[in-house]
Amino acid sequence: MYEFTYHKPQTIKDAISLFAKADDGIYLAGGHTLIPAMKVRLRAPTDVIDLSALDGLSGIHEESGALVIGALTTHDAVATSEVVARAIPALNKLAAGIGDAQVRNRGTIGGSVANNDPAADYPAGLMALDATIRTDRREISVDDFFTAMFETALEEDELIRSVSFPIVESATYIKFPSPASRYATVGVFISRQGGQVRVAITGAAACVFRCTEMETALSNNFAEDALDSIQLNADDMNGDMHASAEYRAHLCVVMAKRAVASLL
Amino acid sequence: MVQQSIGERVLRKEDLRFITGKGSYTDDINLPGQAYACFVRSPVAHAIIKGMDISTATAADGVIAVLTGEQVAEDGLGSLPCGWMVHSKDGSEMKQPFHPVMAADKINYVGEPVAIVVAETFLAAKNASELVEIDYEEIDAVVDISSAQSAADIYPEVPGNTVYNWELGEKADTEKAIREAAHVTRISLTNNRLIPNAIEPRAAIADYNTGTQDLTLYTTSQNPGLARLILTAFVQIAPEHKLRIIAPDVGGGFGSKIFVYSEETALAWASKKLGIPIKWTAERSESFVADAHGRDHVTEVELAMDEEGHFLGLHVKTIANMGAYLSTFSAAVPTYLYGTLLAGQYKTPNIYVEVDAVVTNTAPVDAYRGAGRPEAAYLLERIVEVAAREMNLDPVEIRRRNFIAPSDFPYQTPVALEYDSGDYEASLNKALEMADYDGFSERKKEAASRGKKRGIGFSCYIEACGLAPSQLAGSLGAGVGLWESGEVRVNATGTVTVLTGSQSTGQGHETTFAQLVASKFGISIDDVEVIHGDTGKLDFGMGTYGSRSLVVGGSALSKAADKVIAKGKKIAAHMLDSDVEDIDFEDGEFRVRKSNQSKTFQEIAFAAYVPHDYPLEELEPGLSEKAFYDPANFTYPAGTHICEVEIDPDTGVVDIIKFTAVDDFGIIINPMIVEGQVHGGIAQGIGQALLEQCIYDETGQLLTGSYMDYCMPRADDLPSFEVGMTCTPCTHNPIGAKGCGEAGAIGSPPAVINAITDALGIMEMDMPATSERVWRAMQQAGGA
Amino acid sequence: MSITVSLIVNGKAVTQTCLENTTLVELIREKLQLTGTHVGCDTSQCGACTVHMNGRAVKACTVLAVQAEGAEVVTIEGIGVADNLHPMQSAFKECHGLQCGFCTPGMIMAAIDLVNQKAELDDQSIRKGLEGNICRCTGYHNIVEAVGRAAARMRE
Repeated sequence: MYEFTYHKPQTIKDAISLFAKADDGIYLAGGHTLIPAMKVRLRAPTDVIDLSALDGLSGIHEESGALVIGALTTHDAVATSEVVARAIPALNKLAAGIGDAQVRNRGTIGGSVANNDPAADYPAGLMALDATIRTDRREISVDDFFTAMFETALEEDELIRSVSFPIVESATYIKFPSPASRYATVGVFISRQGGQVRVAITGAAACVFRCTEMETALSNNFAEDALDSIQLNADDMNGDMHASAEYRAHLCVVMAKRAVASLL
Repeated sequence: MVQQSIGERVLRKEDLRFITGKGSYTDDINLPGQAYACFVRSPVAHAIIKGMDISTATAADGVIAVLTGEQVAEDGLGSLPCGWMVHSKDGSEMKQPFHPVMAADKINYVGEPVAIVVAETFLAAKNASELVEIDYEEIDAVVDISSAQSAADIYPEVPGNTVYNWELGEKADTEKAIREAAHVTRISLTNNRLIPNAIEPRAAIADYNTGTQDLTLYTTSQNPGLARLILTAFVQIAPEHKLRIIAPDVGGGFGSKIFVYSEETALAWASKKLGIPIKWTAERSESFVADAHGRDHVTEVELAMDEEGHFLGLHVKTIANMGAYLSTFSAAVPTYLYGTLLAGQYKTPNIYVEVDAVVTNTAPVDAYRGAGRPEAAYLLERIVEVAAREMNLDPVEIRRRNFIAPSDFPYQTPVALEYDSGDYEASLNKALEMADYDGFSERKKEAASRGKKRGIGFSCYIEACGLAPSQLAGSLGAGVGLWESGEVRVNATGTVTVLTGSQSTGQGHETTFAQLVASKFGISIDDVEVIHGDTGKLDFGMGTYGSRSLVVGGSALSKAADKVIAKGKKIAAHMLDSDVEDIDFEDGEFRVRKSNQSKTFQEIAFAAYVPHDYPLEELEPGLSEKAFYDPANFTYPAGTHICEVEIDPDTGVVDIIKFTAVDDFGIIINPMIVEGQVHGGIAQGIGQALLEQCIYDETGQLLTGSYMDYCMPRADDLPSFEVGMTCTPCTHNPIGAKGCGEAGAIGSPPAVINAITDALGIMEMDMPATSERVWRAMQQAGGA
Repeated sequence: MSITVSLIVNGKAVTQTCLENTTLVELIREKLQLTGTHVGCDTSQCGACTVHMNGRAVKACTVLAVQAEGAEVVTIEGIGVADNLHPMQSAFKECHGLQCGFCTPGMIMAAIDLVNQKAELDDQSIRKGLEGNICRCTGYHNIVEAVGRAAARMRE
């Protein structure tokens, strides 16, 4: 790791002002993407701004038909939360499948969402649940949030405070993990609310996306065979040594069918 | 006093320190005033070094020195040698490129060290390593094995990039058998390249004492004695008597810690040059690029049979990738440890194998758990399975039909080896029963009802272990002998200190050897301490690889213990006023035959060191004996592995439902430890079969350079294993043991792949059988 | 730049000065000389460096030392000693759940947290629960057995 200056602000205002003063500042939440990248010297920030002392950024609660998860809430806290289990148990399952036990004890939802790794799990959950990302300065609809690989609508210094998930009738997440990294080769999150179905897919392409083809088919007929005729275009998929684009396109449909089956 | 005898499941003596965090691995050791090293490695696979500027790095904070490959060359350090000379068909010697300790003028693989930065802290060394400026003029890299021989030469001294064209067996007879056979089965296969990945990365501390001029190297080695010999005799780093190698606790090896590498050598050289102790610990990303890799063969096989499926001839043509340089053991791996195993458990009368070894711009390839024998077992057990299907024979039946029978031993194979003992049907039968082969068709039906494809696969492997009869090895081109040393020091109070040239990297020598010696003397294993891993304490020893520790190292200790008993009898005869011929030693007592007069082991030990009543005119005082054991033959562990899988037709995911292994390791000292060895070997074999694959791109960049991309087997990738044993003792060593360290990795891969092809009703499937490969195979077969 | 970190390690308050880019595992191994915690990779995957921080298993290679300010850290040296082993330590020995011993401290620390967190464990959930720890020697068979045995004893 290169050297850097460490800061531990007590308020969001201080955090933002530290960021403004830094040559190349970066926020540190759980650190389970940032620290590995710094260790192998792929990231070299001048200033690391640790968010852990900020008040009110962790915790899970229900709020007028929505489940609100603070940005610093760990994956393990989400995985084991009874509040989550009552509201959107699919998020328990999603969080329980991120990384491994030790990673879940440190990694946070805010960090994962802000990083927007194309193979991360949370982006699919946010997208399919039509979540709202609440930051220090505004609320951002998920449909506007994940803009490209490792890119989001967040401004450079903007901090996520929490993510608000509308509570839906039912939802689930099915992941086909990469055997080496355990990231999603393909992850499909499906939610149903009032006859409307949202399908979000992670891992398969450069950025999480909603599969409108599947959404239309499932909104008309929520059944596995509604997906029979769907073939995703491999040209839109990631292809690498772990899984070709064609295989990923195939897995998207298989995982989506399994998700549907589990919701029937 | 609890006596722990041979065959008991004794808990390990070494465990207490490991479970309480009190082990002492190389990186745990720190010497006063030590500096830290970081290597500058080539980012490109093949290039001329046009220039190097170390001035900025040298001036950086905390830097003590930057030493380069050019300085290594100026100091006249020798080539890192390959310890085995292999001759080509035409009798010519193999073509061996010079393997510099650090590259001076040319780069031959990504990660090759070109300079060492020594600094006050590791951070300073690492920071400065990025300041070394090197001008590389890139050359097209040779990466693909199959086209290596037609690519431009990497080295002028290795024309056609071919190190040797080696052959074994009768070519004309084998070709005739194939021409005239009723049926010939043909397959092509790849034995995938693997990265060993012991969880402890390699590490070393070199400590040159300018006053005594002694050089001490702490290092993660499977064979400190051998390392000392190579560093002395070949690289000429220091005279043998002034060089001490210490291998403390070593965290796994699997072959990768046999070899004498650039880094440890450069460190020793640098310490001597700078007169300070220097420490280096590999980061995992360095291990990926710079540890020797394993396997990497492409092979074509033909098996000729008569109408009943009796094997008549086996023809094998292999290209083996050596990587950029010939690592310590490498030349022997695809030849003596491979071609000689091609008879397997079968009475195939005609066998011919030819192997072309090629150099490529990739990391050196050398012995990895099994080393050559997994490659042999894989091709043989794959083609036997395909042959059974083509002949419409049950895969069990075709094997039975061709087995070497118990009455055939000793059995001379057509590929140089003479098997001493075995009972292949016994292992097969036991495995079939444990795996419930009879119930398989029902299980297959039941799986089909759940939409799963179930398959069963067999592997009846053999291996040659206990390396090796020195004269045979020498005639084959080995640069060293392959005996082992052992010393049994009985202390005055009757406790015993055992010293062995074998080196544990986790195999539990401290327990197994203590059990062996304790049972010889009829004492408690608590009274036996085993010492290894320090050339300053031990006789020259050859170390641990090729499942040789108990077979060769244990035999040396057995002989040394016999010498102790023989001397003890003389002392007892004197003390009991009897003839030595009348003294028996049993259960820890020296007893005058047909009398009640006796002396305990402890009394004799005391008398030997306090020789007041002692035959000093005939015997020296003391009770400490040494032995060197050179084996008369290899040993031949063998067994049957059966794998049962279920495949998800939608995704291609393979789930191992049951894995059964029945092995014949001869006499077993500690079944608990042996089963553990089998488990670990199977896990590595399943890793090879399903998960692991080292991939270089066409420019020679390693794509699988971390655990994010190189798929290590995790707990949830594997099943629990059903392990059973049969026993035909080895006939030629004093213990009757055959060795167990590698069997799991040798027997399991073909069983897994045969199960997959059985499930899918196909003939071909390459390792690793990733879900995508399996899915594609189903698409092609139209079976999805 | 140097920074001072105060934390509790194995029940003992310690204050150390280190660079800001020092990881917790470097602090533990190099400054505190507690070398039972190991480093097996540089991508946060092998789990050899697992320790407990405020009662939960973490990979000490992926926590900055400064992040542990005020934390309670327990390493393999802090869970049991030769004549009073933690049930997980005993079970690893009894079940031959270790060979080279290098991954063992991290594996034991991860397994203790697993047992503490999960009310019920079977072979499959033990295997899943240990996915953050790589062992190259044992094939996990005996580790799974050891964790199952220790879990039963820890609940007695």
